[in-house]
Amino acid sequence: MEQILKAKAINKKFGDVYACNNLSIELYTGEVVGIVGESGSGKSTLLNCLSGSLVPDGGNITYLDRDNNWLDLLSLPEPRKRNLLRTEWAFVHQNPRDGLRMAVSAGGNIGERLMAIGYRNYSQIRAEATEWIEKVEIDAIRLDDKPSIFSGGMQQRLQIAKNLITKPRLIFMDEPTGGLDVSVQARLLDLIRSLVRELGLSVIIVTHDLAVARFMANRLIVMKNGKIVETGLTDQVLDDPQHSYTQLLVSSILKV
Amino acid sequence: MSNSEEDFNFAYLDEQTKRMIRRALIKAICIPGYQVPFASREMPMPYGWGTGGVQVTAACLQETDVLKVIDQGSDDTTNAVSIRKFFERVAGVKTTENTGKASVIQTRHRIPEQVLSEDQILVYQVPIPEPLRFLEPRETETRVMHALEEYGLMHVKLYEDISINGEISTAYAYPVKVNDRYIMDPSPTPKFDNPKMNFCPAIQLFGAGREQRIYAVPPYTKVISLDFEDYPFEASRAEKTCEICGATNTYLDEVVIDDKGTRMFSCSDSDYCNSQKS
Repeated sequence: MEQILKAKAINKKFGDVYACNNLSIELYTGEVVGIVGESGSGKSTLLNCLSGSLVPDGGNITYLDRDNNWLDLLSLPEPRKRNLLRTEWAFVHQNPRDGLRMAVSAGGNIGERLMAIGYRNYSQIRAEATEWIEKVEIDAIRLDDKPSIFSGGMQQRLQIAKNLITKPRLIFMDEPTGGLDVSVQARLLDLIRSLVRELGLSVIIVTHDLAVARFMANRLIVMKNGKIVETGLTDQVLDDPQHSYTQLLVSSILKV
Repeated sequence: MSNSEEDFNFAYLDEQTKRMIRRALIKAICIPGYQVPFASREMPMPYGWGTGGVQVTAACLQETDVLKVIDQGSDDTTNAVSIRKFFERVAGVKTTENTGKASVIQTRHRIPEQVLSEDQILVYQVPIPEPLRFLEPRETETRVMHALEEYGLMHVKLYEDISINGEISTAYAYPVKVNDRYIMDPSPTPKFDNPKMNFCPAIQLFGAGREQRIYAVPPYTKVISLDFEDYPFEASRAEKTCEICGATNTYLDEVVIDDKGTRMFSCSDSDYCNSQKS
């Protein structure tokens, strides 16, 4: 397996507080890495630094693009960075409202990325949008409905379809199932997992829910106070936690 | 009126303002379709009545100019009459209703039917200069999108039109691409007028007073209406004949003429209609 994303010594401070303190992570192609930790541990800040929406104070991040060039993300020109975000990357927000245009129909939302990379044939855009809305298990007759009348779970699935239509290679997910009830959450996770396998995607998923992490991730990174306290294979970390914080985290899971 | 102090304040604007607007105009001409911010002044009329157009016209006018003002194609509607009178009074320029005789034409919502010439300036009144406004409300974001030529979103609008109405139903303010670079809102002119902007011999200037933007299309510049391969742009008009002059190729107004709902169609360009009649 080959690396796709390398981050070295990422630092990000808010005032005097380190949200990311000297973090290094690597992501391999086809791998799902979970970042877990309590609220305020710096998970989302790390994700935002990696995906380019925040500029870290120090460190460097490189990404291997489709043409096998290592790109230095921190010095990459803005147009190229935005192009990456539209084509090779995807970002699934916790709140689908952040990732969708609520006043535009489901089909328009899904087709937006295609139009952004130059598709100018209505029938073709519509056909691909139909294919994708079915792939995320939404009935195709809802294609012309606005996402504002969709349920939370459907909005989240729509957001995923919108992101995956350009066949990205790397997906960032920030609590993709936060705020959904457990049965909807289970189906959504199932869907994401099968799409990830089918398309061979590399994923970084931030969550505070260890069950989600166990289900999705191959590898886990445990964060506390802006530092990585433990990292390893998911089952290894959750079944045999070494760091005291991880032990606390694992023991805090409610059992039914 | 020469060699006196009055020269300084010709055509209403003070000298500083006039210079500022002319600079913005030159910049706009140099970058076709790009929205140049300018320090729009208050004009003695409400926003939405053409304060942007008035400032551009005032900055362009010279004593020898002949001004025509049209509103929805007509020379004698309120907006046209009030702006024409305004310039008659503050600039003392000659005015006309004849498109061919005018050197500066300020317009609201129409381009004259008669083909314009190289020695004419067409000034548009623009309510909302940003074509992406209703798709992306953040001005910071739309400016980046213009800068990086990220125009996929404009097609989302057209996509929505087709998915809801089966055709591109945008009938006015139909987005255009200028000189293969910037996407521009042609102001709320009917899309019937869009082809007239392409390689137009006259200078086209756009002023948005409330929004404080000026943009321009220089003479003989490519202006293409956006569309899809399988839903091409159509310069649509009512499939009727003008009941006053008999024209079949002009943009028509539909007018209700009595209490029983009887309608008639007539040219919206009143000067053109009169010239065809006689």
